[in-house]
This record gives sequence, C-alpha cells and structure tokens, in this order.
Amino acid sequence: MSTAIHRTGLGLSAQDVEQIKRDFPILDQKIHGHKLVYLDSAATSQKPRAVIDALVRYYEHDNANIHRGVHTLSVRATEAHDEARETVRRFIQAADANEIIFVRSATEAINLVAETYGRVNVGEGDEVLITAMEHHSNIVPWQMLCDEKRAHLRVAPINDAGELDLDAFEKLISPRTRIVAVTHVSNALGTVNPIRKIVQLAHAHDVPVLVDGAQAVPHLPVDVQALGCDFYVFSGHKVYGPTGIGVLYGKEEILAEMPPYQGGGDMISSVTFEKTTYNVVPYKFEAGTPDIAGAIGLGAALEYISKIGMDRIAVHEHDLLVYATEKVSAVPGVRLIGTAGERAGVVSFVMEGVHPHDLGTILDREGVAIRTGHHCAQPVMDRFGIAATARASFAVYNTRQDVDALVEGMRKAHEVFA
Amino acid sequence: MTSELGDLYQEVILEHSKAPRNFRRLTSANHEAEGYNPLCGDRCSIYIDMEGDKINEIGFQGSGCAISRASASMMTQMVKGKTKAEAVKLFEQFHGLVTGNDEAAKAEDLGKMAVFGGVSKFPARVKCATLAWHTLQSALEADKKQEPVSTE
Repeated sequence: MSTAIHRTGLGLSAQDVEQIKRDFPILDQKIHGHKLVYLDSAATSQKPRAVIDALVRYYEHDNANIHRGVHTLSVRATEAHDEARETVRRFIQAADANEIIFVRSATEAINLVAETYGRVNVGEGDEVLITAMEHHSNIVPWQMLCDEKRAHLRVAPINDAGELDLDAFEKLISPRTRIVAVTHVSNALGTVNPIRKIVQLAHAHDVPVLVDGAQAVPHLPVDVQALGCDFYVFSGHKVYGPTGIGVLYGKEEILAEMPPYQGGGDMISSVTFEKTTYNVVPYKFEAGTPDIAGAIGLGAALEYISKIGMDRIAVHEHDLLVYATEKVSAVPGVRLIGTAGERAGVVSFVMEGVHPHDLGTILDREGVAIRTGHHCAQPVMDRFGIAATARASFAVYNTRQDVDALVEGMRKAHEVFA
Repeated sequence: MTSELGDLYQEVILEHSKAPRNFRRLTSANHEAEGYNPLCGDRCSIYIDMEGDKINEIGFQGSGCAISRASASMMTQMVKGKTKAEAVKLFEQFHGLVTGNDEAAKAEDLGKMAVFGGVSKFPARVKCATLAWHTLQSALEADKKQEPVSTE
C-alpha cells in the first residue's frame, strides 16, 4: 500500500483521505468537465491500485489451475488462493478458514444456503423469517424455497425511521420458524440492525440466523463469532475487491451437515459411476474452477483496508454521514428516507418536484455519481409510499467536499424544476 | 444548465411534466394497459376510448420522472384522433428520434414532440421517454387490461 496513514487519533485526517484517494486511479478523471465525485459505492466500490496490481501480478506471474498441478505455477496459485481465504477469515474473525466459502456474490451465497440448508430443513408449513428492509437478494431465494416447499415467508415490520420492530420480530419467531435471514445494514435506508440481539432472540428458539453483510463489511468492523450468527454473506466488489467474487461464512458444524450445492470438479473426494463421495468443507461447496484471481483480488482489498483500519474507516464514514445528513436535509423540499438512530454508508432521500432520475442526470452533468431508483428493495419503497429515491453512498475515499458537490448539484436541480 | 442538459430539459418538457395534460383515468375507456420500468420503478397507465379504429379519447396516470411524464402528456395530445396504425407509426418515429436513429425519426412528422431529440444524448433516459409509448402500444393491442408491459 502506498498510503502512509498518520496514526493520530481516530478517524482519518483530510491528508489521509487525499492520500487514499490517490490510491484509486479511477477517481482521477473528469466527467463532463468536472472532477469525478463518486457517491455510488453502495452499488459498487472503486478499486485501489493494490487490488488492480494483485490481479495483474496473478495473471502475469502465477496463473494456473489450483489443487491439481504439481508444477510451480499451480503451487503458487493454490497458495495465493489459500492465503486469500485466510485473509477473509481474519477480516471477519471466523474461527477457521474452512468456514469461508468462495462464491460469486452475496446473492449466490444466499441462494446456496436456501438451496442446501433450506431444502433439507424447511418443509411444508414451516416458516422463513426475514425483515421488511431486505434487498431482493435476501427475499427472492427464500420465496422460491417457500414456493417449492409450501412453506411461509414471514416479514418482520420496520418503523417510519426504517428501524426493525424488534418486538414484532420476536413475536414472529414461531415453533415453525426454520431460519431467520436479515440484513446487517440496509442498502436502501442505511439502517444498522442489532444483529447480536437478533441472533440471541432467534437462538433462544433454536433458529439459525443468516446475515446479509453486503453493505456492512465495507463500513464496520465485523466479527462473526461475536455476532454469533450461523451464516454471514458478502460481495467482494462492494468492499473494494473485484466483481464476481463473494463470500459465504458458515459455522463449520452446520456446513458439514449441509448437502452440496453444485456438482462438479473439486467438490468431490472420489467419483465412480455408482457413487460419488463429496469433499470436505469448504471444497464441497466450490464445484468447478473458482474465480482464483477474484479471490486473490478480494484478499488484496481486505488487506488494503485492514491496513487503514476498519475502526478508523467507520469513524471517518460516520462523520461524513452526519455531515451529509445535515447538508442534504437543508436543501429545499428534501425528505430523508431512512432516519434510523444507527445508520451506515448511505443517505437516501426524495426531493419535492424533482424525480430521482432527473436529479441523477443533472448531478451526472456536474460530475457527481449517485444511484437513483428502487435499489433492488421495492418492498422498502412501498413501505414509504414512493417509487424511487436518490441515494448517495460513502466510502473511505469520500470527503466533505464530495458532499458539498452533491448538495450544490441538488440546488441546481431544484432551480431547474422548482 | 449545460447545452446538452438544456436540450434534454427543454422548457416545453418541463412545463408538461409540471402540468401534464390528459392526466386522468378515463371511465369510458375500452382499452387500457399498464406499463412498468423495472429499472426505476416508474409506472404508467394508459386509458383509451377507441371508436372503431380511431383513438377518440385518451388519458394516462402513473408516477415517473420529468421525461416520462412529459412524454406521456405530449403523446396523449398527439395521438388523440389518430388511427391505431398512425399511432404505431408515430411510436416508430419517436423511438428513432430518442435513440438517435435519424432515418426512422422524420422529426417533421412528430411536431412538438421533436423536443425529445435531446434524449438521444442520454442513453440512460431513453426508457423514460418511451415508457408511455410502449404502454400505448400494449393498450392498442388489447381490449382488456393486460399484464403490465415492461421496458425490459
């Protein structure tokens, strides 16, 4: 890492962030004549030079298939892939690297659990409990499972601030509940859920908990053992890694009992036409040649932000969020969507008289990239009686000046449409 | 505003988006359809009172951005009194206009709707401009309300 962080106090100084910005080559460009202000990291984060270099280094020096060759390149590739798994383990504080399964994305991780754990443990009349703030990826796989098994999807409500109603959640845990699936941080509202409390409530009824951490790992230190959850999933590309790589964490004793996901090479110990013996975890769930470069890139990303320090990143982003909440709220006609006491990563809002799409187009011409739309969380939009929001999301490389550029663009949009 | 932005948000488009014409549900409708853009969640319902092959009366409802509202509003004004075939032809021309296909566009036929030419510089907004037209086409083809037509 080229960045030398001044290790003084919490958070990041202005110089720290300027140095970090320089680690992200893509940020050094102009869009429509303006300096790029990237406020769409919740959709996908940008990649530091360390990640880009790791991918290039792998393909230029070490590329080979893993777990099969005796030649030097295969040994190097296998070692690098194993190291990446260990880096992920350390990053989320899992007990054992075997509990880290590489998948394509958080979405695939949830589908894997629904199709393996879910298919075995959810039957007719059983229930799957989710919340009203889930991303489509933590709704649809469970809906598909429930349809197949004639089970029921139960949805714990949220309040007007976008916070989970914990009392209602607890009451929805029934003797038929087979799994709870809940997001750590809402992608549309920014709400941080009290995962430890949720896990305690579910475990009191012997119900396992899957946590969707896609929007949490970039922003908060995550310790899966402290959280106590049974599964934790996230995508690499939202935490400064490449697209196409994601992680499923599962407690080893649960993973060991689960049937395989896909069949193929690497997930077997032995194959005859009569019988196949499956490999041990994590390989049982990793059929076929994996995204080796993706895993190595993800490892590089996690090392990069670990060097900066997740505690300091969390403080820096919290400061930005507080600043952005104040500045954005002050623009005429703005209504924040998601005002939970505990929030991370995003400011979601609507502007009277300015549709989010029109705002998005006007901001783009000012060089400011935000997300507009339903954020793959249509039930959340329905809950707040809107079709879409504008969402600015933050990462380690954002500054207060980025927020100022956003607010200036919003004021321009207000002038055009008011 | 920059000139491209000014081309997109022309005064007449802003005016129609703020005060859309024919923004009502037609009780006399014998054709209707619902359009949906899954990318943004925008919705548009079109109600048509057809008299034989002619669009006698037309209204629309729904939620959407300035481009989609203005497009729907101006479209209803333009196709009222037209035959089904004429309306479909206009859609083809409009589609050519907003996608930058000059051959198909023949902007002179589109009259006031030629102001949507600026959309062609904003590929991400083409679906906003065409949602109402897709819905119109679906409504013309169906006498009862169908499954929502999608821009995807």
